[in-house]
Amino acid sequence: MSLTESQTPESGPVDDLVMRDSMKSGSLAGRPMLMIFGGAVVLGALSWLPFGSVNWARWVMVTLVSYLVLTLVISRVVETPRQATDRFATAVMNTAFLLVLLPLVSVLWTVIERGSNRFDWAFYSQSMRGVIGAGGGGYHAIVGTLIVTVLTAVIAVPFGLFTAIYLVEYAQGGRFSKMVTGLVDVMTGIPSIVAGLFAYALFVLLDGPGHRSGIAGAVALTLLMTPVVVRTSEEMLRLVPNELREASYALGVPRWKTIVKVVLPTAIAGILTGIVLAIARVIGETAPLLVTVGITTDVNKNPFSGRMATLPVFSYNSYKFPTLPPDASIDRAWAAALTLVLIVVILFTIARILSSILKPKGLR
Amino acid sequence: MTTLESAPQQQDDSSFGEPVGKVGDKVFHGLSFGAAALILVVLAAVALFLFAEGLPAFTGDTSELDGDGSFLSYVGPLIFGTIYIACIALLLATPVAIAVALYISHYAPRKLAQTLGYFIDLLAAIPSVVYGLWGISVLAPIMSRSVFPWLRDNLGFIPIFGSDVAIAASGRSTFTVGVVLAVMVLPIITAISREVFLQTPRLHEEASLALGSTRWEMIRQAVLPYGRSGVISGAMLGLGRALGETMAVAIILSPAKGYFWDVLTTQNSNSIAANIALQFPESSGLEVNRLIATGLVLFLITFGVNSIARRVANTGFSGADG
Repeated sequence: MSLTESQTPESGPVDDLVMRDSMKSGSLAGRPMLMIFGGAVVLGALSWLPFGSVNWARWVMVTLVSYLVLTLVISRVVETPRQATDRFATAVMNTAFLLVLLPLVSVLWTVIERGSNRFDWAFYSQSMRGVIGAGGGGYHAIVGTLIVTVLTAVIAVPFGLFTAIYLVEYAQGGRFSKMVTGLVDVMTGIPSIVAGLFAYALFVLLDGPGHRSGIAGAVALTLLMTPVVVRTSEEMLRLVPNELREASYALGVPRWKTIVKVVLPTAIAGILTGIVLAIARVIGETAPLLVTVGITTDVNKNPFSGRMATLPVFSYNSYKFPTLPPDASIDRAWAAALTLVLIVVILFTIARILSSILKPKGLR
Repeated sequence: MTTLESAPQQQDDSSFGEPVGKVGDKVFHGLSFGAAALILVVLAAVALFLFAEGLPAFTGDTSELDGDGSFLSYVGPLIFGTIYIACIALLLATPVAIAVALYISHYAPRKLAQTLGYFIDLLAAIPSVVYGLWGISVLAPIMSRSVFPWLRDNLGFIPIFGSDVAIAASGRSTFTVGVVLAVMVLPIITAISREVFLQTPRLHEEASLALGSTRWEMIRQAVLPYGRSGVISGAMLGLGRALGETMAVAIILSPAKGYFWDVLTTQNSNSIAANIALQFPESSGLEVNRLIATGLVLFLITFGVNSIARRVANTGFSGADG
């Protein structure tokens, strides 16, 4: 272990006591810390030697724990207690970060690995109609997801956007607007399954028990998406400088035209980004669709009557109630999951691109 | 500066004229006010419809329901399971989430921090059904193979780990679900904590460093006190999500009826949301009403948690405007 000692004046005779003293003022910055981590990795690798086979979980665990312990002990010996605490805190942060990466990387890797079994054209072009056993695909579920999501966006975007416009542009901080803000918060916290039950209860009153349709699912998802749209749009509208509005009013432009021509274009990047992210959030919702839309094996393009398949429910159903042989069913479940993850990633990328190209020049 | 009329404005607006602008304003104001009012209506409708559809579970002929038909004995274990699982998830997730948030805000290089922030947001958007599939096919086997025996042998003195009932060989127990939910709520808590940590006034930090603090001391003196209320409200939001989380629990947990404290066994209390998802497709008649009534209970629980979270967020010097 090469310790970069700071230049202390009394680092002269190599007496045992003085040595320890000059060690105290040493520093572990840079290379030594890397070496400690390297040592921990080696220790972790050694830990599975007695068992004969590679055990990734044990390797990682032993590595992280020994990294923490080594950091604390060595730093205690070499540096001051305060620095030791600081080093230990840094080690804890690094460990926490690595620990979190573990399940997250594992989730993504598993989805890609198992989803790729059925990541083929048949999955994206065939429905499950008349399919027994292997084959078939998720075409009907993709169509269903698109229809339900588009319907949701068509309802939730104007609803949320106008609410945000009211809160920012019209409300003068009165009791009503405070109440609306509070209720939007409440709406944000509605569990998705409760939103599904609400939509079900609503359509049961209109149509009778056992109702299932795409529009009911869209209503449920609207309940989940609207508060997100309100929140992000509100935030973005508040960022628009008041000078712009005042300049517009001073030119005699009416309020609504100011909003449409000045305020919205200025905030459009943030609003669109928020909408795309909100869509990404609701597109994978399973529970509300399970209760309101159900599942079917055929393509149903009419959202106003009958069950529809959607990707999340299709994935859940194929896994939970596999048809024989189960492997084919489970492969379809993973392929649907992979498709969902891909859609979410694509939406996130779109949001990122949107926010960078639409950002008005001169603002921040 | 006398009465020079501004020509461009006249051109622009005279084609519309004053009245048209007023009508447009009225319409626009009406639309946006209507949307805001609709929020009220919708929420009232949610409570009302759930109540209306849940009520028959109390007033109807309860003999057609299984068990003794009493709603309380049905929903009691579910409430317990919901809160128990969510608390385990929160206990596991919060310390790690705070550490990761600190890592992103104060330790990681700036470029890396931005990418990480984006990555964390992305993870919050991964569908719960995906986490559920991962939990049962990847995590549960690992849990039952190495983690559960280890926990029982080494931490068996803690009552919830040491019991006489056999360990769930499938790994489909409360603890596994708690870990999966922890992974799911972690991005939420991290995202909110990171935001407040980043808002710490630069002067507080620099003052602390100028007095000779190490980085950790600076964080303890300046960043953590400033961010405390934000962290708590983030944790409460995470709790809200964990309480309402459906699919991961429904897929992974092997449920039983009753109150079970042990987290490693095959006997686990189900959560309200997962119970609805599992029972709903095959239910009919009064069973549906009863499920909707449990949904109302869940709504009330999350409502309570979220109100507390908001109250916490509004106290302390959160400095949202400064």
